Amino acid sequence: MKLTVWTYEGPPHVGAMRVATGMTGLHYVLHAPQGDTYADLLFTMIERRNHRPPVTYTTFQARDLGSDTAYLFKDACRDAYERFKPQAIIVGASCTAELIQDDPGGLAESMGLPVPVIALELPSYQRKENFGADETFFQVVRHLAKPMARSERVSCNILGPTGLGFRHRDDITEITALLYDLGVEVNVTAPMGSSPSDIARMGAAHFNVLLYPETGEAAARWCEKNLGQPFTKTVPIGVGATGDFIAEVAKLAGVSPAVDDSRLRLPWYAASVDSTYLTGKRVFLFGDGTHVAAAARIARDEMGFTVCGMGCYNREFARPIRALAKEYGVEALITDDYLEVEAAIEALAPEMILGTQMERHIGKRLGIPCAVISAPVHVQDFPARYSPQMGFEGANVIFDTWVHPLVMGLEEHLLHMFRDDFEFHDAAGASHHGGKATAAPEPDTIADLSISGKKKPENQGADVLVWLADAEKELKKIPFFVRGKARRNTEAYAALKGLQEVSVDTLYEAKAHYAR
Amino acid sequence: MNDHAPLGPGCRDTPVLKERGQREVFCGLTGIIWLHRKMQDAFFLVVGSRTCAHLLQSAAGVMIFAEPRFATAILEEKDLAGLADAQDELDREVARLLARRPDIRQLFLVGSCPSEVIKLDLHRAAERLSIKHAPHVRVLNYSGSGIETTFTQGEDACLASMVPGLRDTDSRELLLVGALPDVVEDQMLGLLRDMGIDNIRCLPARRTDDTLACGPNTVFALTQPFLGDTHAALERRGARHLPAPFPFGEEGTTAWLRVIADEFGVDRATFDRATQAPRARARKAIAAATETLNGKSIFFFPDSQLEIPLARFLTRECGMTAIEIGTPFLHKALTGPDLDLIPAGPTISEGQDVDLQLDRARAARPDLTVCGLGLANPLEAEGLTTKWAIELVFTPVHFYEQAGDLAALFARPLRRRALLKHGASA
Repeated sequence: MKLTVWTYEGPPHVGAMRVATGMTGLHYVLHAPQGDTYADLLFTMIERRNHRPPVTYTTFQARDLGSDTAYLFKDACRDAYERFKPQAIIVGASCTAELIQDDPGGLAESMGLPVPVIALELPSYQRKENFGADETFFQVVRHLAKPMARSERVSCNILGPTGLGFRHRDDITEITALLYDLGVEVNVTAPMGSSPSDIARMGAAHFNVLLYPETGEAAARWCEKNLGQPFTKTVPIGVGATGDFIAEVAKLAGVSPAVDDSRLRLPWYAASVDSTYLTGKRVFLFGDGTHVAAAARIARDEMGFTVCGMGCYNREFARPIRALAKEYGVEALITDDYLEVEAAIEALAPEMILGTQMERHIGKRLGIPCAVISAPVHVQDFPARYSPQMGFEGANVIFDTWVHPLVMGLEEHLLHMFRDDFEFHDAAGASHHGGKATAAPEPDTIADLSISGKKKPENQGADVLVWLADAEKELKKIPFFVRGKARRNTEAYAALKGLQEVSVDTLYEAKAHYAR
Repeated sequence: MNDHAPLGPGCRDTPVLKERGQREVFCGLTGIIWLHRKMQDAFFLVVGSRTCAHLLQSAAGVMIFAEPRFATAILEEKDLAGLADAQDELDREVARLLARRPDIRQLFLVGSCPSEVIKLDLHRAAERLSIKHAPHVRVLNYSGSGIETTFTQGEDACLASMVPGLRDTDSRELLLVGALPDVVEDQMLGLLRDMGIDNIRCLPARRTDDTLACGPNTVFALTQPFLGDTHAALERRGARHLPAPFPFGEEGTTAWLRVIADEFGVDRATFDRATQAPRARARKAIAAATETLNGKSIFFFPDSQLEIPLARFLTRECGMTAIEIGTPFLHKALTGPDLDLIPAGPTISEGQDVDLQLDRARAARPDLTVCGLGLANPLEAEGLTTKWAIELVFTPVHFYEQAGDLAALFARPLRRRALLKHGASA
C-alpha cells in the first residue's frame, strides 16, 4: 500500500485511451465499473476534444458480481461494434475488472466479430499510464502492420504522439514540415491521426521517427525488428538536439542535412545582452524522462543556466536520467511522490523550476518561478495558438516560455538597485505578470517579521543556527528572486565555519565566499 | 404551500423509463471533493487503486491545490497477492498520516471498487483504528465505490456512516441534513431563527461535534435530494423525516421552510415576516434570468440526483419546458413533493444507457442540455447548448439569496451562445 496525494501518471488503461482517442476507426471496449468514465473528461475538457473518446465501458455493478459479468462484457462489445462499426477493436480491463478475471480478450475473440480484435494486458497494480499507451500502441502495430514494398520516394513514419500528449498536436506539424524541407515524406503519423488501415501500411516507410519514447518505443523496436525500419534516437527538442536530429534523419534517408533555419531565434535571443541576467541561474528539472533530458541540454548549453537538480517520475527512464544527472554533477531524483519532489526543491532552493503542472504549484507555494516542460497536462497546456516544443519553432517557444516566469533583465537590475523602494519592491512581483501591485509593507512589519522569523534550520547535533534580527532584516532587502540562494549560501557558509549565529557580516562574508 | 398548488396532475405517477447500460457518471468518491472542504478537521483516506487517485485529481486537481485533506492508499500487487496483510499495511499508513497531520479529528476510510471486490473489511479496520487512536481521532468508514455508488451517493454514504455515532437524546431537536457551503448554511439557520426555531443541528457539522444527537423526538429535514441512505439510517434511530420540496428557488425554499414552520407551530404572520423580504429579492433575481430561460426546453442527463428538484424550479419558476428528466435513482420518498409540482409531460428516466439517451437528446434538440463533463463539449460541437452538471454541486445554489445565481447558471450558456458570432464548430 502506498499513500498518494497527487499522481503524475494515471492508470495504464488511461494510456490505452490516449492511443484510442488519438486514432480514428479504433474502438476500445473497457471492462470497468461506472465511475471509470471520469477519464472521458480528460479528453473532452482538458484537451477540448469535440467528440467523446471512442470507449465503451461495460459499467458493471456490485449486484452483477455474483452473477455473470462476462455476459455484460459481450453485450457491450456487440453493441459497440454495431453502433460504431470500427475497423478494429481493442479490449481490456480496468483495475477492478482485472480482479474479477473475466478475460475480455478471450471473450471478445470467441464472438467472431468481423474486424480484428486486439486484447490488451495492462497490469493496473504494477504499471502506469505511459506504459499503457506504449503497450497499446505496440499491440495495435504488432497486430496490424505487415512488411510491404517501400514507398518510391524516401519516407518515414512518425511514432509516439497520442491524445492528451504535451504539445503533440503542434510538434507533429513542426516536425512534418521539417522532414518535408529535408525531402522526406511522412508515410503515417501514429497513433494520433491514424486509423487501423493506416497502421496496416506503416511498412511502406523507409525508417521511423520516434518523437515520444514514452509512448512509442516498443512499437519502434518491433518495427525495426520485423519491418526492417531503423528509428531515430534523438528527440528534436532544443537547438542542439534539432541539429542532431536533422543529421540523423539525413543519414537514414540519404539526403542532405542542409535546411533553412532562418526562423530559429533562440540562439540570438540567448546571446543578446538583455539575456545576460540569465547567466548561471540555478534551475531544477522534473518531468518525464524525455523532456527532462532535452531540457537539461537546453538549460545548460543554450540558455546558460546551471542545472542544480533533475529527476523524472517515470521509472522506465530511471537509468538514462541517472546517467545524465551524473554528467551534470547532480543527484537524480526518481520518484512519483509529489511530496518528495517538493522536499527536494525546498532543499535545493533553485531560482527557477522547469517541471510539470505539479511543480508549478510547488513553485507557487515556495515562491519560485516555474515553467512547464512536460506532462501531466493541464488545460493550459493546450493553447489555442501554435506552440510546439520541437524543431526550430519549438526552440523559440521554449525561450519565451522559460523566460516569462522570471523578472525581466532590466527590471532585475532596478530591483537590485532600489531594493526597498516603496513602489519597486518584492511584493510588487514581476511587472509583466497579472495581479495587483501591493504596497510595500511598513518597515515596522518587516522588523516584526524578521524577529518572529522563518523556521530556524537545524544543524546536526544540538546546535541550532540562529539568524540575528539585523541579518534577517538585511536578507529581506535582497530581492526575492535571489533571496533563497542568499539564505542557502549563508547557512552553508555558517555551517562550514561552525558558526551558531548569522550576523550581517556573516551574510556578506558568505556573499564574498561564493562570488563568481 | 397553498399559493403554489400544482396546475394539473404532477409527475409522481408518470411511468418511469428505466435503463441499464453504460453510465456517464462519476462514482461516489467524488463527494470527497466538497466534503473535505466542509468538514474542516476530517481526512478522507481512499483505499483503492491508482485509478481512484487519478479520478480525485482529475475532478479536483484543477480546482484546489492546497495540501488536501484526502489521499489514496494505493493497493499494490503484494497487497492483492496476499504477500502483505492489507490490514497491517493500512494501520501503518494511517499511523504515518495521523502523525503528520495532528489537526485531524475525524478519519474516513473510504472503500473503492477494488477494496470492495477483494472484500477488504474497512469496517473492522475503522473500529480497530478508532480504539487505537482514541480519543483524539474517530475513525469511520463508508464506500464510495463505483460498483455501489453514483456521484452524490458518496455524500449520502458518508453522512449515513456518521448516524450510528450520534449521541442518544430525548429532547425535541431539528436536524438539518446535507453538506452546504457555510454561507448558505448560515442563511438557512438565520431564516429559521427568525421564526423562533432554535435547537437546530446540522449534519455534517463543520468541525467534529460530540453534541450531535438523535432520538425519537428528533425531526429532520434534508437539504439535498440524494440522501436516501442517511434518511433511512436516521429513521432507524427513531427520528422523523419532514418531506418537502427541496429549497431551490423562491417557491422551493418557501415550501421547505413552511413544512418546518408548520411542524414547529410557527404562525403565518411570523413566517411571512421572516421570509417576505428574501422572497421578494429571490423573485426579482430569478426574473432577470427568466428573460433568457422562458419558453426554452431542457433535457437532463442523470448526474447528481438534483435533477428532479431543479426541473421543478426551472419549469415552475423560470418558464422552461422539460423534455426528459434523467436521474441516477428515483427516491419518491424524498423527491415525491417535487414530482407532484412538475406539470405532467416530460419523460422521467432512471439509470442510463448513454448512447440511447444521446440519440433521444439529438432527436429532441433541446435548447439546453444538462450533462456531465464527458458529454458537454461533444454536444456543444454538435450544436447543442449545455450546462455542465457538476457546477450545480460545486456552486452555492440553495435558498433565497442564491435563487438568482441558480437560474443564472442555466441562463449563461444560452446567453453565451447568443453572443458568440462565429459558431461552435471545433
